[in-house]
Amino acid sequence: MSSELRYTANTQLENLHARYTGTGHADLSKHDWITHQHRDTLASIVGHPTLTSYLAIADGESIGRVRFEMAERMLQPCGPPPKVAN
Amino acid sequence: MSDSPRHAQDYGMPADVRKEFMEMAEEDDVDPFAETASKRQIASRQSDYHNRRFDRTAVDSADAFKAVQNGEEVEGGYKDAMRLSRLEQEELRVKRAIEEKERQAREDGDIKMDLDKTPPAAELEDVAKELEAAKQLALSTKRKRRWDVGDENVDPTAAKATGEWEEKALEDAAPKKRRSRWDATPADVEATPKRSRWDMAPAVQEQPMTQIIMNAPGVLQEDKNNRYLSDEELDALLPAAGYAIVTPPPGYAPSVAPRKFTSSTVTEVGGFQIQESSDAAALAAAAGLSEELPTEIPGVGSLSFFKPEDGQYFSKILKEEDETELSVDEMKERKILRLLLKIKNGTPPVRKTALRQITDKAREFGAGPLFDKILPLLMERTLEDQERHLLVKVIDRVLYKLDDLVRPYVHKILVVIEPLLIDEDYYARVEGREIISNLSKAAGLAHMISTMRPDIDHADEYVRNTTARAFSVVASALGIPSLLPFLKAVCRSKKSWQARHTGIRIVQQVAIMMGCAILPHLRNLVDCIAAGLSDDQQKVRTMTALGLAALAEAAAPYGIESFDNVLKPLWLGIRLHRGKGLAAFLKAIGFIIPLMDPEYASYYTKEVTIILIREFQTSDEEMKKIVLKVVKQCAATEGVTAQYIKQDILPDFFKSFWVRRMALDRRNYKQVVETTVELAQKAGVSEIVGRVVNELKDEAEPYRKMVMETITKVIANLGASDIDERLEVRLVDGIIYSFQEQTTEDQVMLDGFGTVVNALGIRVKPYLTQIVSTILWRLNNKSAKVRQQAADLTTRLAVVIKQCGEDQLLSKLGLVLFEQLGEEYPDTLGSIIAAEGAIANVVGMTQMNPPVKDLLPRMTPILRNRHEKVQEASINLIGRIADRGAEFVPAREWMRICFELLDLLKAHKKGIRRAAVNSFGYIAKSLGPQDVLSVLLTNLRVQERQSRVCSTVAIAIVAETCGPFTCIPAILNEYRTAELNVRTGCLKALSFVFEYVGPQSAYYADSVVTMLEDALTDRDLVHRQTASTIVKHLALGVAGLGCEDSMLHLMNLVWPNCFETSPHVIGAVMEAIEAMRVTLGPGVLMSYVLQGLFHPARKVREVYWRVYNSTYLGAQDALVPFMPDFGELSEGKNTYGREPLQMFI
Repeated sequence: MSSELRYTANTQLENLHARYTGTGHADLSKHDWITHQHRDTLASIVGHPTLTSYLAIADGESIGRVRFEMAERMLQPCGPPPKVAN
Repeated sequence: MSDSPRHAQDYGMPADVRKEFMEMAEEDDVDPFAETASKRQIASRQSDYHNRRFDRTAVDSADAFKAVQNGEEVEGGYKDAMRLSRLEQEELRVKRAIEEKERQAREDGDIKMDLDKTPPAAELEDVAKELEAAKQLALSTKRKRRWDVGDENVDPTAAKATGEWEEKALEDAAPKKRRSRWDATPADVEATPKRSRWDMAPAVQEQPMTQIIMNAPGVLQEDKNNRYLSDEELDALLPAAGYAIVTPPPGYAPSVAPRKFTSSTVTEVGGFQIQESSDAAALAAAAGLSEELPTEIPGVGSLSFFKPEDGQYFSKILKEEDETELSVDEMKERKILRLLLKIKNGTPPVRKTALRQITDKAREFGAGPLFDKILPLLMERTLEDQERHLLVKVIDRVLYKLDDLVRPYVHKILVVIEPLLIDEDYYARVEGREIISNLSKAAGLAHMISTMRPDIDHADEYVRNTTARAFSVVASALGIPSLLPFLKAVCRSKKSWQARHTGIRIVQQVAIMMGCAILPHLRNLVDCIAAGLSDDQQKVRTMTALGLAALAEAAAPYGIESFDNVLKPLWLGIRLHRGKGLAAFLKAIGFIIPLMDPEYASYYTKEVTIILIREFQTSDEEMKKIVLKVVKQCAATEGVTAQYIKQDILPDFFKSFWVRRMALDRRNYKQVVETTVELAQKAGVSEIVGRVVNELKDEAEPYRKMVMETITKVIANLGASDIDERLEVRLVDGIIYSFQEQTTEDQVMLDGFGTVVNALGIRVKPYLTQIVSTILWRLNNKSAKVRQQAADLTTRLAVVIKQCGEDQLLSKLGLVLFEQLGEEYPDTLGSIIAAEGAIANVVGMTQMNPPVKDLLPRMTPILRNRHEKVQEASINLIGRIADRGAEFVPAREWMRICFELLDLLKAHKKGIRRAAVNSFGYIAKSLGPQDVLSVLLTNLRVQERQSRVCSTVAIAIVAETCGPFTCIPAILNEYRTAELNVRTGCLKALSFVFEYVGPQSAYYADSVVTMLEDALTDRDLVHRQTASTIVKHLALGVAGLGCEDSMLHLMNLVWPNCFETSPHVIGAVMEAIEAMRVTLGPGVLMSYVLQGLFHPARKVREVYWRVYNSTYLGAQDALVPFMPDFGELSEGKNTYGREPLQMFI
């Protein structure tokens, strides 16, 4: 928690934020952040039936197949995390 | 008479008296709070039973687990503890035997009754020696386990028999002190030094302590608050002239036990050490002999207080020392002491940091050094609530950190904490539970059991009681199932009935503490204690019945099948037992019957009723209470019919319980009323009311009150429709009679009158004339209380009088009350105004008599009354008039009231402030906002913050009731004033306005933008904060209403403030930004946030991520299209482009 925010009215806010997947912090890496974005995007596609069927038509796949693939891709949407330099 | 004019000062007090007073005033050592200080001490207000905690001893609980790990023999701990407890039992048994023998001997006349003679000394000495030897053998440690052998509670004569404690020796040893002339009763302080390892002052090893169990518990004889006044003090207190010292009459013998005032209670007799100087200093300080108490302590800083008693615990850190000469352990000890002193006596911020430090370093300090310091402090006699709370908090924090390192100290901690479980203060009990539960989690079940096992059959009932409670906490912390096997074993213990008794008590406590959470284990628990019903010890049987009662109460309404096994013994039991045992059995049955099916319940009720009716006549108070409770429970069960209650229970019940005597004891009174109300639920209103109504005219007032309360409750529950005409006549008659005859005016009669009349409703019409004339008569009574009560009654009856169409009476009452508005007693005046208000409410403003235009001007001066009740009543009345009948009063009068109301805006009571603010709204509505608004805006100039705040709220209310267009221009105009307070006030008012008007703000958003621009770019923090709050309310109000352009502009002004550090400012700014998300959409916000998420400066990143997180959590899904395309960052195995979004048809 940043020191200057420790005594604000929302003392708990930072902790509360940290409890949810997808939120970030000052030390988040590029890869992690983009991975979250991808997952959000995929979840959004699966969650909006109209978007799913749009993709299904564009891809020429069945709706179920598209949904399945999107769900599968959520595992590592941007590939494995890069090795840390040091 | 002389002819010179007399001067006023000739009437003053005599010069010498004045001088006396002046001298007295100059002396500052009078402590007016000494009285309250002693009340705050826990020990001094608790009962003897509670203070038995000071008699307890604690043992080391060896860590068996660790020993097993290390592969060595366990030393100390369980084995020792068991041996010790056995020894104590034996000791007590021997002493009892001696006492018994003595008593026998006395009865036989062998020994003369002269108590000064020593009892058979040789014998006693032998016993004492034997015990001592045995103890040394058993303990085989250097440190003493017991405080001392001589236990005064058990045998006061034994100590005297040892010789060196004779009164004479003591007197010789103690330094002679001049005797006080006033009471001439020298105090005889018996100084039996008690020894202890850990529950004594830690400063000195083997230091004799002053005997603390003297007379009253907690009374330190040498305390300046308790000791007798010395001659010097008396001289200082009383005027020098006009008093003489009178010799006591011949043959006068002081009735109180003679006590001697000695400066120190410690003697050199019998090889005891002289007290260390620090201790003596503390004692002297306590006696008020030396008044220097440290307020600054090296390494600690200033404290909020320092008690003389603290001196002995903290003596080591009181003086400056050369730290280089100290060993590591000594340094550590001083460090702990300093932290503890800061926590115990420091100011809140000091305390907070010290608490954090001691928690962080707990493992470094180690359990031993920590608890060796904390626990003696907790056993201090003069401990106060706040100190105890803080120390307990320390233990709690430290426990978390130490975890299993606490094992050796479990028993010591328990001895100190267990007494909290029976404290009368609820929060102390909760704290105690918390600690023990954490302790058991840290130490583990096995260790807890082995530590507490020896206390289970301890000779002292107090120890067993607290241990049982502690065990129940352990059970709730670690789960009942894990403790069950142990409980089963204890409840069947063959060795001692005490163990069985305690085991059953543990089950009882578990039930009381855990409530319905026992249901899964109900059968096991019942089976565990069932055998106790046929125990040969009466106490065990009683406790078993109580345990079953607690279990049934906790399980209600489920779990009857678990009690199958005990039903039969219980029923047999109520036929076999008498007295206390029977009471417990009845209680158990009383709680089990409500669990049963209706037909069984009815059967068993009939069975038990026979016994109950027999016991109706009991003279035992406890039994009476239980019988009443059981009757109540039986009556409430479904299977019991009204017919049965009427025929079989009521006649005897009324015969034995509805007697005057029952009204005298508060608890009986309550129980009888409750039970009767319960019976009425089945038997009906007329049955019960008919039986008691005549007693309303009884000559005993408490009894009348009891009747009234019962009737009130019955009628409030069941209504009055069941009451026939004849009963109605008797009832109203009785109520009027008892109301008139009451001598102590309290709520009961008033409530009863109100409830009954309201329940009867229109049927009360024939009696109204009589009732109202009673009220009128009493309104003119001499006593203010009576007048107040009459007014209160009017408040309650107003609605019914209106229902009955007796407008005449109401207007008459209204007039009389109006005439009474000159009442001088504020309480009475408040009631009178409230009554007037109630009448105005029911008749309406047009019909009101006196007319509103007369009433209101009369109220204006009353508003200045400072009494809260008066203020509240008048503001309610005025608000009502402003709401309903403002047009009857000239505008000038309303303006006058407005000015008065401004004062009420800063009332302490929130209800008054709110009522005043609401009244403003009503008045503004009827008058038009201009005048009111100008009053309020002028009020923003005053110094007082409270009334400025209230004015801003009132402005907002005016804006809400009269439309924002009436206020906003005026506020904007006022904002141009150069004064800071006014500008802040305007901003605040605007903030409330936009909060209240909501979507209407859309019409005004553009007109306030320039003002907000100014405020948001002001240097003053508070300006920007309040402006941010306005932006928040505005943005939320106009969301979706097409004001995006101006909102975006405001967003640009708010955004730079996100780096503010002041808590309130940053809070307001963050909320404004959050509101912007709603109005502008998350996409716009995202474009702001992206600028700084990966900024090189961490401080920037932190803030931006915070905003990002709030946005993300608020609108996760909506953010997807606004995320930037990172495709070009892809490298190696990582592809960052979001292809699915690039597809199109």
